[in-house]
Amino acid sequence: MRLTLSHINKHYGGKEILRDCSYAFSDAGTYVLMGGNGCGKSTLLRIMALLEEPDSGTVAFLAGGKVLAPDPTIGERHLHEQHDKGSSLDAGRLLTPDLALRRRITLVLPRIGLFSTSVWKNVAYGLSLRGQKGVAADEKIARALAFVGLEKKRDQHALTLSSGESQRLGIARALALEPEILFLDEPTASIDEENTSIIESIIKTMKQEGRSMVIMTTHDRSQAERLADRLLLLTQGALQDVRQA
Amino acid sequence: MDTITEGFLQAFKLILHLNPDLIGIIVLSLKVSGLALLLATLIGIPLGGFLGLRRFPGHGLAVSSINTFMGLPPVVVGLFVYLLLSRRGPLGALGLLYTPSAMIIAQTILALPIVIALCRSAIVSVDPIIAQAARTLGATPRQVTTTIITEARYGILSAVIAAFGRVMAEVGSILIVGGNIAGYTRVMTTTIALETDKGNFELALALGIILLLISFGVNAALHLVQRKGALHAA
Repeated sequence: MRLTLSHINKHYGGKEILRDCSYAFSDAGTYVLMGGNGCGKSTLLRIMALLEEPDSGTVAFLAGGKVLAPDPTIGERHLHEQHDKGSSLDAGRLLTPDLALRRRITLVLPRIGLFSTSVWKNVAYGLSLRGQKGVAADEKIARALAFVGLEKKRDQHALTLSSGESQRLGIARALALEPEILFLDEPTASIDEENTSIIESIIKTMKQEGRSMVIMTTHDRSQAERLADRLLLLTQGALQDVRQA
Repeated sequence: MDTITEGFLQAFKLILHLNPDLIGIIVLSLKVSGLALLLATLIGIPLGGFLGLRRFPGHGLAVSSINTFMGLPPVVVGLFVYLLLSRRGPLGALGLLYTPSAMIIAQTILALPIVIALCRSAIVSVDPIIAQAARTLGATPRQVTTTIITEARYGILSAVIAAFGRVMAEVGSILIVGGNIAGYTRVMTTTIALETDKGNFELALALGIILLLISFGVNAALHLVQRKGALHAA
């Protein structure tokens, strides 16, 4: 899946946050979006993850030769496919096209928002929303937990985890869904060095295994240098491609 | 002093011998309050959820009104239900006055604001990040709502337990609308009031002990639920 931003603009309370941002995320790998605090990185990520509407501009996803784009001309987001317009089936239920698209991508928030239940059930949550249960789902959960090194804590209550472990659980929760694009918003902003290093190695392994395209934000320049295949800079609302690794 | 000691001894005898009158009164009390609580829960949780999750014109006024109704005096509720159900009242034709149904209606009205207000409070106290996290994982708006309610489960359970405590201990409204008819509408609290008035302390004390035990059980359950909720929120 590829992602294209075209002329994205966003204002909050009269203040310009994003100005004419355009970019094509076309290769698998890790894209790192850098910028100072409050520069609009998270807003741009939320717009890309279809959780927020831009004031103008379009977000389009390309997969299998088709353009999948939410349509800003109608109140509720709808997905238009070039050839196949309509809803898709998921676990026997009809999904609105927008939801079907949103379920192919996942955003991990900087504050994870863990559910008040076990580590295992936190990871199972997204799968159960999709009607996925049983052995296949259990295998996905176990794999995701092993990938982030939390397999031994599967029965522990999620709210008793440390902040670093919580962040890893957030990533596991997303990975179990096997997203085609994984958005990570400041994944190491509030955790210790040890967990930062673990999360960086998780992101590197994801790249090596070609699991998903990763688009992440960070304000840590050295981390951006370590992880980025492509480094993007957001300054004064404008998006610039700084370098290709 | 002898009267009190003798009263307690007789009361324990009644309890230990499972006196049929005593059991009948306890069963009716639990039935009336249990059904009232069930109705208040079925109506109150969706309304509390709606108030907690949605904003609409007059939302603040609705919340303030519900919070005020939490302190409704039982005798006022009794009077209101009496006027509704009395022969000349708008629902007089139903013939419900002085029946257990009238008592259930009165207790439902007393329990409802407690369930609504405490449920709303439990739902608004769920961290907004939970809804965002649910959406990032692909939840539909309905699934987001279900997730928030699930996260508020300990608070909602506390609301139900608190409402049960209130209706079980209540006497004013059910005395007015139930009439305290022996074997039909006589429940624990109304019996205590009547028997004390008559100077028959044995039955009054026996029921008082049972009521205290139930109250203790309710409060213990509430404490456990709140402790579990606090542990999970920590």
